[in-house]
Formats: sequence, C-alpha cells, structure tokens
Amino acid sequence: MTHALIRIITSDAAEVRDRSLESFCRGASAEALFEACRELDHFRRHCDNLYQRVRSLFFLSAIYRYHLPERLGDVPARVPYEGFQQLLNRRFEEAIGRFLEAQRKGGPSDTIASALAAAYRELGFQTLANQVRHSVRSTRGNQWMFRTGHPTDHPLRIVPQLKQADPATSLFPVLWQRNPVRMDLSHSGWSDIFFLGMDFPEGARVLNVSVDLGVRGRDATPEPPIEVFLRVIDQPVLRLVSLDLDALADVSSLAEVFDFARDYLGLLKAGLIAAGLIPSGMEGAQQPLPEVLNQLVGPGLGLELVTRVNGIPKGSRLAVSTNLLAAIISVAMRATGQIAGLTGGLSESERRTVAARAILGEWLGGSGGGWQDSGGVWPGIKMIQGAAAQPGDPEWDISRGRLLPQHRLYDPSEVSPETRQTLCDSLVLVHGGMAQNVGPILEMVTEKYLLRNESEWQARQRAIRLLDQIDQHLRQGQIRQLAKTTRENFFGPLQAIIPWASNLYTETLITRIGQQFGDSFWGFLMLGGMSGGGMGFFFDPACRTAAETALQELLAQTKQELQDALPFAMEPVVYNFRINDQGTWTELLDQDRALMPLSYYALLAPRWLRQEFHTLPAGRRAELLQFTARCRHDPRMSGAASLLFSRLFPQAAPQETGHQKELDQLLQENGFDLELHEQIRRDMLAGRISLAQNRLPVSTVIEDVRPGDVVDGVTREDAHARELGTAALQDGQAAVVTLAAGAGSRWTQGAGVVKALHPFCRFDGDYRNFIEVHLAKSRRTGRRFESDVPHVITTSYLTHAPIAAFVTGRAAAEQARLYLSRGRSVGLRMIPTTRDLRFAWEEMPQQILDEQAQKMRESLHAALIHWAENRGGGNDYTDNLPLQCLHPVGHWFEIANLLRNGTLNRMLQQRPQLRYLLLHNIDTLGACLDPQLLGLHIRNGNCLTFEVIGRRIEDQGGGLARINGQVRLVESLAIPHEEDEFRLTYYNSMTTWIDIDRLLDVFDLSRTQLADPDRVTRQVRRLSQRMPTYLTLKEVKKRWGHGQEDIYPVAQFEKLWGDMSGLADVGCQFVWVPRRRGQQLKDPAQLDAWLRDGSADYIDSLCDWS
Amino acid sequence: MQVLKAVITAAGPDQDRLPLQRFVDLDGSEKSALQIVMEEVLAAGVEQIGLVIRPGDQPLYREAAGDNANLVHWIEQPEPRGYGEALYRAAAFVGDDPFVHLVSDHLYISHQPQRCARQLVRTAQATGTAVSAVQPTREAMLPYYGAVGGRLLAGRADLYEVEQVLEKPTPTQAEQQLIVPGLRASHYLCLFGMHVLTPTVMEILGSLVRQASEEPVMLSPALQILAGRERYLALILEGARYNIGVKYGSLIAQLALTLNGADREEVLAQLVELLAARYQGIA
Repeated sequence: MTHALIRIITSDAAEVRDRSLESFCRGASAEALFEACRELDHFRRHCDNLYQRVRSLFFLSAIYRYHLPERLGDVPARVPYEGFQQLLNRRFEEAIGRFLEAQRKGGPSDTIASALAAAYRELGFQTLANQVRHSVRSTRGNQWMFRTGHPTDHPLRIVPQLKQADPATSLFPVLWQRNPVRMDLSHSGWSDIFFLGMDFPEGARVLNVSVDLGVRGRDATPEPPIEVFLRVIDQPVLRLVSLDLDALADVSSLAEVFDFARDYLGLLKAGLIAAGLIPSGMEGAQQPLPEVLNQLVGPGLGLELVTRVNGIPKGSRLAVSTNLLAAIISVAMRATGQIAGLTGGLSESERRTVAARAILGEWLGGSGGGWQDSGGVWPGIKMIQGAAAQPGDPEWDISRGRLLPQHRLYDPSEVSPETRQTLCDSLVLVHGGMAQNVGPILEMVTEKYLLRNESEWQARQRAIRLLDQIDQHLRQGQIRQLAKTTRENFFGPLQAIIPWASNLYTETLITRIGQQFGDSFWGFLMLGGMSGGGMGFFFDPACRTAAETALQELLAQTKQELQDALPFAMEPVVYNFRINDQGTWTELLDQDRALMPLSYYALLAPRWLRQEFHTLPAGRRAELLQFTARCRHDPRMSGAASLLFSRLFPQAAPQETGHQKELDQLLQENGFDLELHEQIRRDMLAGRISLAQNRLPVSTVIEDVRPGDVVDGVTREDAHARELGTAALQDGQAAVVTLAAGAGSRWTQGAGVVKALHPFCRFDGDYRNFIEVHLAKSRRTGRRFESDVPHVITTSYLTHAPIAAFVTGRAAAEQARLYLSRGRSVGLRMIPTTRDLRFAWEEMPQQILDEQAQKMRESLHAALIHWAENRGGGNDYTDNLPLQCLHPVGHWFEIANLLRNGTLNRMLQQRPQLRYLLLHNIDTLGACLDPQLLGLHIRNGNCLTFEVIGRRIEDQGGGLARINGQVRLVESLAIPHEEDEFRLTYYNSMTTWIDIDRLLDVFDLSRTQLADPDRVTRQVRRLSQRMPTYLTLKEVKKRWGHGQEDIYPVAQFEKLWGDMSGLADVGCQFVWVPRRRGQQLKDPAQLDAWLRDGSADYIDSLCDWS
Repeated sequence: MQVLKAVITAAGPDQDRLPLQRFVDLDGSEKSALQIVMEEVLAAGVEQIGLVIRPGDQPLYREAAGDNANLVHWIEQPEPRGYGEALYRAAAFVGDDPFVHLVSDHLYISHQPQRCARQLVRTAQATGTAVSAVQPTREAMLPYYGAVGGRLLAGRADLYEVEQVLEKPTPTQAEQQLIVPGLRASHYLCLFGMHVLTPTVMEILGSLVRQASEEPVMLSPALQILAGRERYLALILEGARYNIGVKYGSLIAQLALTLNGADREEVLAQLVELLAARYQGIA
C-alpha cells in the first residue's frame, strides 16, 4: 500500500495534496518516521515528476531536521568526512548515500540526522534551480543563444540606422530607453517566487504597478528612474559605463564579458549576454571579441552601453536592478532587430521575451528575484498571475505551472484615473535605509510552501483572500480600505509565514506614525522580501505633505536610535512617485541630439583631457566638439561647467581627513599596541604568521576523546552536584560573564553593528536583543535561588558606548547587578596577503555553489586577490569608517580585560563571596546558571569546566580532542587536516565555568593584587605570551554611493579562550551538555529553524520577562 | 494552373548591374547571369518574361538578354521603393495569371535532371497554389534571407504549408515564430529567391504600396498576408542557389557552375595545379 506521505505528494485532490507533513509526524513514533523516510527516499529516486521529487526531498529534510531529533534525544556521534566533502562539492546523492550508510552502521543520531537534513534540503533546492535553468534555457527565443559558439555563426546584426553616423556631426545615433520600476501593491505572500508559481499557479498572484520615482527634496518631479543609452562607437570594444557607480570599462575580450564580478559592471554584461549580443554559447570561446563585434556591428566598430538609475538607492524593494537588466536587454534587442520597432513601446510578446531574458540575465549573474520583478517593462497597473503549463511548454508534464506568468493590464474602466490619482496622493514610498539579505527569506518561503505547515498554509490562503479584497478596493476606488487591508496583510499572514519579515525598526515607525497621525494614517505596505528598506505608508491625501515631512524626520530619528543594533546601509529617503502608463519607452537621439547625459561627460572628460586632442579617436573628437557647442548654447546644460570643474579638480575630501584623525584617536583610546602591530605585520609578511601557520604541526596526533574524558551532563542526574550548585547560587557565589565585545561579523556580514543589541526575536510580545535575553535568564536565576546574580557584559571599542547607553535605560535594581567590562585591547585590520586569500579560498574546504553563483564567486575572488595585490598585503586597512578598520583581538583578552580594567576587583570588593563565573558567548542563548553543572564544577575543583555539545553538521570551528594525548579544546584553525575535525564527537560551546581564585593562580595573582594595575598588566602580558596567536580573515562592509555595499576580506589576529585548555598548569574538566543549552546563533538565516525546532521556546522557558 | 509568365527583378539599387556579369554556364558557353536566369524560367515552360529594371538600363539589359531579348517585357521601377514595389510594377504584365518569379542576382543549380524552376512550377501546377522554393539554412545566415514557418504536408518530406513569413528574422523571432517540424536544430526554411505566385500577391502588394508613404515595400510581408488568404506552400528544392551579390559570390557561383558542368575535369585539373604550386611554395 502506498505510504500516507506519498499519497499526499502524488494526490491530484487539493484537500489531500495540501495536507501538512506535521499532520503525519505529530503522532508518529521514531520507527514510523524512519519507515516514512525509507519510503520517501525510495519514491524520490524513482519519481519522474519534478515537484513530487522535490516535495519528497523537503519532507525528508524536515523529518530529519525537526521531527526525528526530539525523538532521538542527544546521542553523541560523528559526521563521516567523505559525506561532508561530497556535500561541499554538491554531490548530494553521494553524500546522502554516505550518511545513510553511517546511520545504518552506527545507529540513528541527532548528528547524522542533521547531515541528512542538510543534504536533502540542498538537493531539493538544487533540483528546483536546475528546473528553472532548464526552463529558462529551453524557452523559445532563448535557445539559440546557447548553441552559438563561434563569431562567424553570430546571427544578429546591429540595425543599419544605428550604424549611420550623421554627416554633419559625425555622431552615431543614440538609442535612449527609459524604464519605470515596479511596486507590488499586494504582497501576496512572496507568491512570485518561481518555484511557487510553477507548482501553484492559481495561488501565485500579485498586483503590480509601474512607477516613476524622484527623491523628495532632490528631484522636481518623478521620472522613469532607469535610463539606458546604446550606440555604435568607432572602436572594436564593448564600452560599458554605469553612471551611478562611476564605473567604466572597455571590454576587449570574450573572457572579460563573462567575468561578472570583476568590476561593478556585471549587470551590464549579463544584460548584453541575455539579449544575445554576446551569446551565452560563446563563454569560454577563444576567438577575439573584435571578431564578434565585426560580425555584429561591422569592421572596426564596437558598442557603448551607458546606464543610469538616477541615484535610486539599492535595496529600494522596487526591483531597480531587475528593471535595469530588462531595460538593457530590451534596448539591445531593439538595436539588433529582435524587437520590431526601434523606438516607442513594446508589444505584449516582446515584453514577455524581455521578461524571459531578464530571468536568464539574473540567472547568469547568480542572482534571482521573483517573476513580477520585470513588471516595469509593462505599463500602469496589472495583475500578474501564474499560468498553468500547456502541451508544448518546456514545463509541460514537469510542473503544474509555467515559468513565466501572465500579465493582465487594468484599463481605466477597471481602475479609474481618479483612483490612480488617489493612490498616488495617499501613498508615501520610502527607503528605510536598512540593508538586508532577502535570499534566506525566499528559501524559507519555498520550504514552508512545500511542507504546507498548517498555520503557514492557512496564512497563505488568507493572503490570497486579502489580495482579492485589495483588488476589489482598487477597482472600487477605496484606497483607505485598500491601505487597511495591506496593513492587515503585513501584521497577519505575512508575519505568520515569515516572522522575520518585520523588525523593531519597522514596527516602531508604524507605531509612531499611528500616534502622530491617528485616523489620517490609513495603513502600511511592505515592499519586497522584507521590511526596513522599501516601504509604503498610506495617509489621508489631505495631510500628505505633512506626512511626508513627518516621515522624513521620523525615519531619520528612529534610524539614529537603532543604528547600532540594526544594519543600515544609508540614510532613509522619502520618494515622490507617479504611476507610469508607458512602461519601457525608447527614443532615437540623432543629429545634434546624439549625445550622452551630462554625468557621462563629467565621468569621462577627465580621462580625455589627459590625452592630446588629436590622439583621441575621430568619433570622440567629434563628440567633444558637439558637447562643447551644446554646453555653450543649451540652457539645460548650464550646470555642465561647474560639474566638469569639480570632476577635473576634486576637492580634498574633509571626511577622509576626519576619518584618519578619528582612527588615530580611537587607536590611542583603546590600547592599540603599535609595537605588537608592527611585529605582527613583519611576521605576516615573512610568513611566520599566516592561515597555514595557524595549524599545529602535521605530526600532531589528534584523536577523539575517550569515555571518561567527558562528564555526562545530559543523561545523568547528579543530585549531589545539584545540591552543591544550588547552595552556591543561593549564597551568591556565581556570576555570569557575557562576551559582547565582538563585531559579530557573520551576523551582518561585517556591517559593524552591535550584535548583542540586535532585537532578533520576539519574546513575551516584544522584540528582544541578545543582552535582554541573557539578563532575563539571570533575573530568573536570581528569583529562583533568591539571590542577586551579578552579570558582567564585556565590551569593546565598537560595542561599549551603545551597550552602556542601553544599560542606562534599564531598571535601577538591574543596573546594580550589571557590570560593563570595557575592552583594553584593539587591533588595526590589515590588507590580507594574497597567499592567505588563496589559502582560504583554494586550500580550505569550501561549499561549492550552484553553477552560476560559483562562477560569480570565483570571479569575485579573483577581483579581491587583485585588490589585495594592488593595496599591498600587510598594509593597514584604513579605507573605511574608522570603527570598521579596528578589530577586537579575540575573546581571550575579554577575560584578561576583566582583570586589567578593574571590573573583577570591583565585583570582588562588593561581593567577596563571589567564587565562580559562568562565561559564555553572546549568541549562546541557552547558557545559564544551572545548579547541577555548577555543582559538577565545584566538586571537580578544577580551574575551568568547559561545556561541550554533540556535533551537528553545521558545527564547524573545532571541538574537544586528545592532542598528543592531552584532552583539550582545539580550534579548527589549528587542525592540520580538515578531516580530523570530523573525528571529534563533541563541539565546543565556549561556555566555561571558572573558579576565580584558581584563574588568578594561573595569572599568578591574588584577590588583593587585583588592585595593583601594573602587576595585573604585567601578569596578563606574561600569560598572553603563552597563548597562540591566530591570523584570521574576516569580512568587512564598506558602504558607498546610494546604499551600495562592498564586502572585503581583512586580516586580523586573535587569541582565543579555548586555548586555555591547552595550558598544562590549568586544570580543566569537560562536560557534555544538552544541545539547546550550548548551540549558538551565528547567522540570521538560522533563526527560522531555531524558532521551528522549539529552541526559541526553550530559551523563553529560561527567562523571566517581568 | 498553367504558368506561362515570369517576372525577374533587376532594379535593386545595391545590385550594381550584377545580372550583366558574365559566367561560363554548365554547358561551357559564356553567358550573362541574366541569360542563365532567363533560361531557367524558360526551361520551366514560361513563354513571356517581365524584367523589372532601373530607368535607363534597358540597352545594357537587352544586350545581356541575348537571343531571348524578344521574349522580354521591359518594366521600369522609377524610384527604388523596395523589392515588393519592384515586383508590383509587373502587375499589369501579370494580369490574372500565375507567374514564376526569380531575382536576377542568384544562380541556381539543380541536383536532379529537372532544373530548379521546373521543379517548382510542376509543384505549383500539381497543387494549384502559390509555392515558394525554400532551403534549410543555418541560423547564422538568417540576416541575409526571408524565412518561413509552417507544417509538413501529409505524405511529403519536402512540401510545407506556410503559416508565417518573416524578412531577415532575428534568431529570437525565428525560434519563437518559425517553427518547422523535421528540421535539424538551428536550421530554418529560408526563401530561395524563386517563387510561383498567384495574382493575389499583386493585389496584396498593391494595397501595401498604397499604404506605404516613404518606406520601402518588401515582398515578405505580402507573402505573410498571402498565407492568411489562401493556401501557400513552400518546397524544399533539390538544388542550390548562389548569391552573386555577396563577397566572393561570383567566384563561388562560377566554381559551382563549372564543377557541375561540362568543363569540370579541366577546371579541377587546374585547381589541383594551383594547390600543388602553393604547396611547393610553402615547402
């Protein structure tokens, strides 16, 4: 008989197909779940239907991730290294085989379940991505580009009109195209994700509006923000210019065309490729680019492509980049006759071809949005809806829906001009300034859809009904009701599906606007994948002007309040907008109009002026003459002179001078040791410090621990230890030390905000940050043991002031228990050596990405190696905001700083009974003063008790090992062979119980000597010299332009706390603790699984929110 | 259907009097390109030829037509207003009769005893419809030709009912609109420059000429309209065409004539000598 889960997957009846995995798993035993996994695995291996295969893969992943672990409990085990390697290399089938074999041989465990969950999930997404790729490539009109591999086979030609230079001016005509961007008025539960639309076309709908934009206070009127200019030039190159990014390149080889991350022009290149000007089939061809251009344009000729998005900031959630891509594609298609008219708008079939090519372009660039994103190609207001696959479609018999949706334009009889005007008058669009990665959100939506989790599936149904209401309100001109519905959508279904779509910033804004405008504030609209960037606020049109002003102030004020806690890429912006009723529109600029925009000349003129006039190509000379004449006579060019002047003679940047001064001051204030810095630089350049040198000698024997090396703190109840611990807690002998000095690089990819203050999750109805969670646990401990639990938060140059400000706002009783231990050490980041970059990217195991994304990454790595070469490896990294140039020097110093800055001395003076510290990372949310664990530590009598947890596949970074026979923690940085880490059963949670007096012994200090700062400093330095120094590469964001962010690798050094376990004179004990106690939140992408697997509830149960 | 008239166009501004060029024909005799083309249609049973030329060209063309000049109705196209308009100039000559139409800058070599035009005319006579000669062509050549899409007639491997005609389509358009079953990947049915057309085409051209203001009138749009009005077929001919208007076109056309004709052995021997001399030079 067919298994119940397979019936769910294969059923044609919606009521069966839409049943959740949860409904089956809820009452199932572990045996029943393993049986289901066997059936599903067999089914997915033999099933031809894409979506049935994918759904079974996601079912398998979810069972192993969410349903089996709680039934298996904590069972220590190991991940087979070969399987892990296969996972990294995207050989998912082999990895699954290896993990299943390990499960058969070693028995089930949380560890192997985590590996299987990851492998099935990745295979599911890979299968979906392969299908999108297949559909994109096999769409009619796209296929030829993949088989054209040789220049002489190039079947496109630039149309003759563009190749005829004007006899009077010698200028080639310019194709000038303008595009609106798109606004999603409905947000129907991210239903424009390709995967969702292809499986559930009837539920994939959005109400999409093409809009012109202007920035309030800067632009007089809203205009189509995207402009693309294309013309023939008299040099056999592809000249690519992005006016917004100040980027220009003369591309002269095919390899360069396909090198997307080499510069900021990847999108332009992807556009030209997707338009077929340089067909995809030519990737890797050895022929020179001029040969292609010879065929395409003519002998000695090339093309110039110039783009501008009118300074619209990145992250606007208005699909600027997709519409720019679509604009590049359509202008290039016009230039080659693939679109019938050279000027004007597009036919419906042409728009669809452009949209299909835009999907292709996004795939080429390794990115991907939703299928509504190229909505700006269409005019006005339209309903975009998934379409059922038909015979003859590439999707037929594979998926229920087509890749490309249907667009239905609303004419004035459906949405009246008055309604359109009211919509414009009542809606204020803003960019909140936050920078976020929506990629994980889109994956969560896909996964949840396929699992049909009950609450989320119901929420999706509700979102679909709300879209009907929004549509109805729009047709009836009821904008106020429409606004109410979009608000209901945001607070209801959207957050039920993805809680992370909202955040404290957005909700603070909504509350404050509501307080200020009362009934005149009609509603809120979330744009795009998540809130915080592009957003919409509806107001009574009568108070629109006041609302715009208030919003501008409120955005700035709220951002100011939260900017240390949340990643902002830019100052918030309020837009002016209007509905664009043309969509893509092109004009031909010829004769004396055949010029580029002024900002083009401002960018290029300084380069031309470095050359003798007569050495410029003839076309350039003609253009300069024409431009000069135009500047003299055309009043619209009145700003040209001053713009050119400022480009030619750039002023000294006062900001940069200020940065250097601030950096010097910060270094001085934070104990920067110049001598040590220079020593590290010398060692780094000489190769004495490097990523390779972090490792222990290859002869080191690394083994897993043996029974008896680790105390069981999971399954063994130890009443005696519990009593000891309880007594100590009641006596006030223990304090908590929360490490919060770090930059949390992985949390925001080096954005330099304070992770400890990030309001990452709602508890007890409010957004709470990491510190609030830790304090709530201490509060609960205090109440439980009727004792005052002191709590230390370590800080650094980066985190001290914001954390101090946060603490100031706490209740007085809590403040009395709180100690801030300010860092006394800081490092200055350095440009990494190319040797270390190559080691990190070429020698260390790396997760291989999907085909195009991997190409992008390799291209980016090549560009960054080039950057490091140019800037000089080992040089100081100073080309950023001062705080982004510094680095904390590792958590070993955070403990040492407790001694140096007098915090420990103060605590001991105030609380002489204090004997123990519980030290933990900011992101180890489960760490708390557990009486049994404290009792184990007290009874053992050692200096340090380290808590370790059973390993999951995502836990990489070291573990507990026998190193040449000594049981100690080892960092993965130090393990000479990667596979050795996979022999280690236990992962280091970093949570440590410390006996204060024994620790002071290690420093050769006593309680009284803590009052002698010179001695403390001396002793700290002495011990620090015994600790290994690691060179690490971290990511740091550099922000520039309009919301642009670059991520650079920088080198820094660290000393790590876990290495204390390697000192022979430090007595250590290791205790195995439950996973939920020791697991860490390193990446926001973990949050959803953390919420779903019950971890958040567990943390909540440890806290007292009163 | 009886096809007794032919229209040959030779008025293109870019033709540069190509039809006046001289070639050694299959039989070893020297002729103008125009003569060879006229012999092609005459062999198909045509009795009268309408030749569309530029004003003032008649003396030269009369001489180039040789002995068959007396069969020619001279038709002038005063302004270069496109290929379609040139053909439409022959409307009066054609009247209500079907006609075979060839361009004058292409030479045709049949791969069977029947000449190309003859194959085409016989098909038109058998089906009673307009028929265009087509040839499967690689997509890289699309910028040079008109192309058709359609479905194969039952029981035939070489005859299609035309549904779509596009002039010099881009590969994007071709892939989306010119779907032809049975063709190899990246190949399309491109027009051969040889058609048997019904008088309906002249009607359509007339209406296009009247609608057009300044822009040139092309034949492909008229053929697209024809496909919507009446049954219109495309035949894959067993033969090859040679465009003498492209780079090395005349040379290749001459070689093709020679290697398929009476002087094959003699010319082959000379070619071998040429190659051997070059080889020695290199050695």
